[in-house]
Amino acid sequence: MSKPATGSRIMKIFPIVLIFPAVALVVFLVIFPLIWALGLSFYSYNVLRGEPPIFVGIENYYRLLNSLDVWRRFVLTGQFVFYSVSIEFLIGFGLAHLFYNQFRGRRLAITLVTTPLLVAPVAVGIFHRYLFDATFGIYSYIAQLFTGQSVRILSQHPMFAIVFMDVWQWSPFMMLFILAGLEAIPKHMLESSEIDRLSPLAKFRYVVWPTIRPLVALALLFRTMDAFRTFDTIFTLTGGGPGTATEVLSIQIYRMAFQFFRTGESTALAFIFLVIILLLTNVYLRLARRE
Amino acid sequence: MRMSNLRNNRRGRRKIFRTVLIYFSTIIAVIFFIFPIYWLIATSLKTRAQAFSTPPLFVWEPTLRNFIDIFIKRQTEIEAITGQELELATGAETFFYNSFIVTFSSIAIATVIGVLAAYSFSRYQPHGTNTLMFFILSTRMLPAIVVAIPIYFFYRSLGLYNTHIGLILLYTMFNLPFAVWMMKSFFDEVPRDIEQAALVDGSNPIKVFYKIALPQVLVGLGATIGFLIINVWNEFLFALLLTERATRTVPVMIAGTRGEVGINWGLIAAIETLYILPALVLIFVLQRFLLRGMTFGTVRGAK
Repeated sequence: MSKPATGSRIMKIFPIVLIFPAVALVVFLVIFPLIWALGLSFYSYNVLRGEPPIFVGIENYYRLLNSLDVWRRFVLTGQFVFYSVSIEFLIGFGLAHLFYNQFRGRRLAITLVTTPLLVAPVAVGIFHRYLFDATFGIYSYIAQLFTGQSVRILSQHPMFAIVFMDVWQWSPFMMLFILAGLEAIPKHMLESSEIDRLSPLAKFRYVVWPTIRPLVALALLFRTMDAFRTFDTIFTLTGGGPGTATEVLSIQIYRMAFQFFRTGESTALAFIFLVIILLLTNVYLRLARRE
Repeated sequence: MRMSNLRNNRRGRRKIFRTVLIYFSTIIAVIFFIFPIYWLIATSLKTRAQAFSTPPLFVWEPTLRNFIDIFIKRQTEIEAITGQELELATGAETFFYNSFIVTFSSIAIATVIGVLAAYSFSRYQPHGTNTLMFFILSTRMLPAIVVAIPIYFFYRSLGLYNTHIGLILLYTMFNLPFAVWMMKSFFDEVPRDIEQAALVDGSNPIKVFYKIALPQVLVGLGATIGFLIINVWNEFLFALLLTERATRTVPVMIAGTRGEVGINWGLIAAIETLYILPALVLIFVLQRFLLRGMTFGTVRGAK
């Protein structure tokens, strides 16, 4: 039924011809470089020195995984992901319940709230530098109004700044998922829960939660994976600084590869990073399939 | 009777309270998410002195000077103050031109290749469709920085470094997974009876594709292109690594101003305002497909 029953040769080749360019491009520009990088991660290589790479086996991996510095970045990245994603979940959850109500101007409000999603990360990062600026920044000004003393957010609380920025941009993403979940709850179930006079808590536990659960799981996993990879916004807001206070993994890899030119080592770290992402993706795909 | 009146009153009051609460929270939420964008646009309409005022100015006489300065002014005020030559001094039009060329070309190619593949996956489901679809999706899960290192060296040795073609090729590839998945989800929604009938009657499969199938997914095609525009227009890391002055795109230029002492925020804000303009327009156009676009077409979302 799904396949047309024409037996001609064209019909056999046609679908493959259509797919070929897409698959070829992906293989050429992703798989090929990846294999090359994997190979290089077993070598000691510095572009600037111009010497041929020296095979060192798993030494790069060994050194990285035994480096306290690298583990500190893991923890730092983990903290950033955890704070951002959990706050985004809470705000998104609240917003979704707010917009689940029907009221005049609701559509417009949703559109305005979701605007940050499409704004370029670089623009977000650079402009938050201005907003957080210790002397001219309006956020610093507001913080000063509340605390009564001047606050240098970017140098004193850099983690707060990058989490705040991420929350600003991505909370609406959570909201979209949870709102879609809420709107998928069958009306009759809500009505019967009213008639049965379920307590709000029981209603949430037995009616709302089961429906929105798969979407919440998806949203959390999407956000976790993306937060792990965050580069543009943090790079343009703090550049990883002050010092290395906000140097998350992706920025550390960038610095290693393109500022210190420890090429072999940086590809090894990139692959460690990749394995973490792949593990997360695997969890996501499993949850998505179950849905 | 008085009892029921009282109850009605109480219910009415609760309803009013609820409405007030809803509007109050909505306004707070909208302000929180819109304020930085408002402030960006506001700053672009301020002079240098106004942008540097403490406390921040909420009322001022707007000026469009920044928007003229970023294009025609070759010697910027910043240059005079810091004595450094800045990228900005060459005028922003080069960067916008580069961004535009790269975005337009890569989307054109990615859309054509992507739509063809999506159609084939949706309709003919050739051998290994699921495997290939997951393979294509998994490339998107790659952190950009992981592929960036090898690509940087490849591009240098292949002579693709600092060329428009190089960036276009890269962006085409990076957006293919999205184009394929998104378009497949739209093709999957269209019933295939007519196409089947036409094929059984012996119609040319190419004709069936563009005469019957394609017109039915035009809206989806538009939405897909909309998201592709955002993806390419916003891309930063590869543009940073693979371009120099002549091919530099807008985000790299904006990021280049980081860390400068005495930045003229009015000028930067003017460039950023023009830069995020497509996003501000597309958020209205794409609103209905937002969830779908952010999940590669895997979550349809509410209509």
